[in-house]
Amino acid sequence: MTVSFLILAILTLAGGIAAMTLRRLVHCALALAVSFAGLAALYLNLGADFAGLAQLLVYVGAIAILIVFAILLTRSGETELDKVFSPKGFIGALLALAVFAVLAWAVASSSATRLTAAGSGPAPSSPIRDIGFSLMQRYVLPLEVIALMLTAAMIGAVILAVRPTRAGDQPETPRNPELQP
Amino acid sequence: MTPLAGCLLVSSLLFAIGLAGALTRRNAILVLAGIELMLNAANLNFIAFWRFGPHPEFLTGLMFVIFSIAVAAAEAAVGLALILAIYRHARTSDVSEITEMKG
Repeated sequence: MTVSFLILAILTLAGGIAAMTLRRLVHCALALAVSFAGLAALYLNLGADFAGLAQLLVYVGAIAILIVFAILLTRSGETELDKVFSPKGFIGALLALAVFAVLAWAVASSSATRLTAAGSGPAPSSPIRDIGFSLMQRYVLPLEVIALMLTAAMIGAVILAVRPTRAGDQPETPRNPELQP
Repeated sequence: MTPLAGCLLVSSLLFAIGLAGALTRRNAILVLAGIELMLNAANLNFIAFWRFGPHPEFLTGLMFVIFSIAVAAAEAAVGLALILAIYRHARTSDVSEITEMKG
């Protein structure tokens, strides 16, 4: 339990709370990016270099930007600020609080957190070389499955997001008259 | 408090925050963001158990996190495409106004 871990944990949790409670959606997306970056720093702090950098690339670089794009494309920034939370939202908040209470009780009373004395030692080395070897040897089948799934997700996202056109429609004429022959 | 317990407490708090957001927000995009936060909390658990577990040299938790990040990327792309399609159809991304599945 080092000081850096505490600072990063507080940063991550504050970003998460801000992302879920702020009223303007763009602020929410930025707070979400802060939370993701804090998590990446937590991974680096725990010694997982590759996972931390992948988290930084994928979450901060791609998913946060994707969320900002979705907010701008759906014009969600123009909704009234008093209609942000659902009318019976306090039930959901209470439910989440109950879930946290159960989880915290389970963590506090679990013997698994006390068994391992390995936490005091140095971080286990995870060189990129070892990760690459195990990706190519032991985990090669999951890697291929993930590649297939990413391709399918990409095609599916394009099919879902593309504007449906009726068959037989003429393609739109270009608005710029200089482009017309 | 051991470091493992600290990690687990942080991740359960993050999970609760994500769950509260997913249950209380009205905008579908932020519901998805809450789900992403819950997924990240699970990832933090994997990293913590890999770091403080008995056999870190097998890299199991690390591999699980890497695959989980890839799955989360696919999930976010498909989810946001679904939200865009619904917005184009219903002209809103408010989950409490989208009440029927019939097109």
